[in-house]
Parts: sequence; structure tokens; C-alpha cells
Amino acid sequence: MAVSISVSQRPVGRSIARYFVLIVMAGLILFPIYITIVNSLMEPTALANGPVWWPSHPTLSNYATAWTNAHVGRYLWNTVIVAVGITALQVSTAILGGYAFAFLNFPLKRLMFVMYLATLMIPGEVTIIQNVQTVHDLGWYNSYAALIVPFIATGFGAFLLRQSFLAVPADLQDAAALDGYGHWRFLRRVVVPICRPGIAAMALFAFLGAWNQYLWPLLVTSDDRYRTVQIGLKQLRTENLSSVTVVFAGTVLAFLPIALLLLAFSKQLVRGLTAGAVKG
Amino acid sequence: MRESALAYAMLAPSLLIFGAFVFFPFVKNFSFPFYQQSTASGFGTFGKAAPPKWVGWQQWHEVFTSRTFWHSAWVTVQFVVLTVPLGIAFGLLLAVLAHQRLRGITIFRTIFSSTVASSAAVASTIFFSLIGTESGLWKLRIHGHALLDDKTWALPAIALVSVWQSLGLSFIVMSSGLQAIPDDLLEAARVDGASSVRRFRRVTLPLLSPTIFFAFVVGSISAFKTFAEIDLLSPIGKETGGTSLLAYQVKRLAFESESRNGQAAIFAVGLFAIVLLLTLIQMRLERRVHYGR
Repeated sequence: MAVSISVSQRPVGRSIARYFVLIVMAGLILFPIYITIVNSLMEPTALANGPVWWPSHPTLSNYATAWTNAHVGRYLWNTVIVAVGITALQVSTAILGGYAFAFLNFPLKRLMFVMYLATLMIPGEVTIIQNVQTVHDLGWYNSYAALIVPFIATGFGAFLLRQSFLAVPADLQDAAALDGYGHWRFLRRVVVPICRPGIAAMALFAFLGAWNQYLWPLLVTSDDRYRTVQIGLKQLRTENLSSVTVVFAGTVLAFLPIALLLLAFSKQLVRGLTAGAVKG
Repeated sequence: MRESALAYAMLAPSLLIFGAFVFFPFVKNFSFPFYQQSTASGFGTFGKAAPPKWVGWQQWHEVFTSRTFWHSAWVTVQFVVLTVPLGIAFGLLLAVLAHQRLRGITIFRTIFSSTVASSAAVASTIFFSLIGTESGLWKLRIHGHALLDDKTWALPAIALVSVWQSLGLSFIVMSSGLQAIPDDLLEAARVDGASSVRRFRRVTLPLLSPTIFFAFVVGSISAFKTFAEIDLLSPIGKETGGTSLLAYQVKRLAFESESRNGQAAIFAVGLFAIVLLLTLIQMRLERRVHYGR
């Protein structure tokens, strides 16, 4: 009896301490986001003496200003087009590449694979000078093509899907062959459905990367009609220096869609981000 | 024969893009340093400027003997040292905290991973609005000027913003590493009477080392390429050199004022060398980790 009391009492004190630590850490992490949201709801004049900690008279007017006057609505729309375009095309090219490397034999296969992997070691900064020039030469400056086309192939994605495809049981391959499936049908009817989780993780990873791009859109767009939301934030800041509340509202608008998306697909996110980190 | 044709048809779209936007510009980047743009050219004037002049190794020599290059490289190294270990340590701490079996722990896991939704630009804009040079709501001042403009403190301040932004990713990576550690190993250590600190140091940490190493390499590569934080948080330092990291110098030299593509390309080569070195180290050690098992 005495034992059971001491066992049940200690964990209570301990779990209070644990919750305390957890809450402090959560508070530290959320603090910048909290302050941003609260102050995005304030009248600009209310912040004369620094940021407020609680929205006493909340208003959505900053959001209206950011959305229309500061073009954040347009920036978001552009970002959606670019990110969806890049994701869809990257998934397609990665499925094709992953399939070729996993199931087909062809001359120079090893060399091709090394080339795919080599693209991972070349940082964008090394290719950016010529790529901006190429965009100008093609007449793509200020266009969706400039924002999408250079990113439709992915060495990382193809590598990831190859790994995932290699795990398809050989029995299924034999069965498909017996049923007279060609490669194309085997890919569509067997491989893609089985590897859907891996493909979803790769797609989310691609989307996140495309959504967050900064340097490239900065260099190939100067027009609000094509500017993405990340560089739109820079534009917003220079235009609205006097009303920081509008900047806060714009930041929330840039943050919120991706936060909701990640919340909805958190399992795929973890899979996509940790690919390669944990073995076995 | 038909199989090879199919394979190459499947690779063709990617190979085309890699050729045009990765390998061609990569090779071209090594030729820029040997030429000098003869007239001023900047945004939008590509292809219209006078043809560049062959200058041989002159620009390599200039850059590698310049203070700008070595200072920028040094600042970049400082930035990496300030951000990467701290990011990993915090990520690990959060992962250990969130690994407990407690009611409502999923809420904390969600909060700890929340900053993955914040891009570098979002994080920078938030902090610039709070403590920025002119518009900052908190007038954080040090040595008489704004924190983000201070010679000594601007870089650590930007590093902290970067750590905050990467915390979610670091947490997710460390958590999945922790979850991969078999419970029976920790249980066995507990039965043997090992304290929780000892269990962490002798069981968890060694088994987590591949994950930590992965986070270290990937984190270093991305820290070496930091651009958005500098562009958005450091209006003064990035120009005067206090916070002008290598990636920022590439952009500034290549696309601002008169075109200095050649010099910019050499800075880019420096970045490439670092990324290559890190990748090679990773590949080597990864092999060793494999054999070790």
C-alpha cells in the first residue's frame, strides 16, 4: 500500500514539472507568431508605444489592405500557380526517372544515375548567374515559365522514388508480367498505387520547397503580376514602412496557407523531411 | 533495345532540364571569371552589353587576394558555427521533451514542429518588424544604434532568427531519430539500473549519432547558402560587409550596380567547393556508419 502511494505520488509532481518545461518551450517558439497575429489585428496608430500583447479592439482592416492595396492576394495566387506547377511536374519526372532506375536496364545506366546525384551537389548559387541570363535570352523575364521550368526535374525526388520503387515485391512484378502487363501498365496499376505514401511525401517536400523559394523569384521577376509571396513580403515592407500592422497581416497571409497544409499532411511531411536521416 | 528506348524516353525530360539549367550554367560559371564585362550592365541588359573581354587569371588573383572575399568567407563560417550546433541542440532538446508519454503531448509536438511552415522570408519579416532598423516596434539598441545594424551583434541576432526558423525541421528530424531507437534497448538499460542521464548518454546519443550527423551536414550546407535572412534583416551590414555572407556577395556582385559576373562567379565557386566538401565527408562517414552496423 505504502509503495503504491509513493509510486502514484511521485509521477504527479514529476509530470507537473514536465508540463511546465514543455509549456515554457512552446511559449518561446510560438511567441513571435503570437505577437505577429495579435499586432496584425490592431489599428496602426495603436502601436505607437511598441507592440501590444493582447488585441483590445481587433480589426481585419490590415488584412484587407494587405490583400488588395499591397497585392498580397495576387502574390499568393502566383505562389499557388508556381508551387502547384513545380510539384506536379516534379512528381511526374521523378516517377518516370525513379521507374527507369528501379526497373529498367539500359546502357550507361550507372553514368545517368551518377548524373542525377551530381545535380544534388551543385548549389543553385553556382548556376544562378548563367540561368538569369538564359531566362533573359529566352524572353522569360517576368513570367511563370521562368519561375517553374528550371525546377521541373529533381535528382533528389527521382532518387527518393527509386528507393521507394525498389521495395515493390518481386512477386508482384512476376504476377504483372504473367498477366501481360507492359511497363506502362505495371507503373500505373501497381507501382504508383503501392508507393503512394512515398510519392505523397516527395510531393509535399517539393511543394514546400517551391513555396519558400526566395533568391530565384527575386532575380527573375520585377512585376507584381508574377511576384511570389516570399519576395512580396520584401516589397510589402518597403511600400508600407509606416504601417507595420499591414506587414504583419501580410506575413500571416504568407504563413497561414502553408501552416494549414502541413497540419493536414503532417505524416507525409515527417516522411519527406526525414528521408535519408534515419536508416532501416 | 526497346527497353533502353523506353528508359531514355523516361529520362529525357529531366535530362533536358538538367542540361539546360544545371550542367550548362555550372560549366559556364567556371568561364565567367576569365572574362570581364566591358560596359555597365545590370538587370535586363543581359545580351545587350558589349562582348566581354578575356582577362585570364587576373580576376581569380584579384578575388583571392581581396579582403572582401576572405572576410565574406570568414563571416559565413561564423554564421554556420553560430546556427548549426545551436539548431541541432535545441532540436534534440525539444525531441527528448516531446518523446515522453504524457497526455496531450501531440499538441506540443505540433507546436514544436510549427516553424517548418515559416520560410526564411516569413521569419525575417516577423523579426524585422519587431526589432528592425527603422520600423521595428521594439527599439532594441546597442552601442547607440539598432541591434541589427551593430557590427558585433547583427550576425548573432540574425543567427538566432535563423535558428528559430529551422527549429521545426531540426525537431522533426531528431524526433524521427529518437523514435527509431528500439524501446527494449532503453528498457534493458533501465533494468540494469542506469540513470536517465546515463541512459541518454550511453544509449540514446550513440544510436542517434547518424541522425545528428545527417542534420549537421544538411544544416551546414543550407547555412552556408543563407541569403534571404541577410537580404531582409541586414540592410546596412550586408553592404558594409559585416553580414555579407558568400551567397549574398554572389547576388550583389552579379546583379547589382555594374556587372561583375566574373568576381561573382568566383564567390560561387567558393560556395560550391564548401558544399562539395561537406557532401563528400557525408558520403565517406555514412559508409563507415553502414559498416559499423
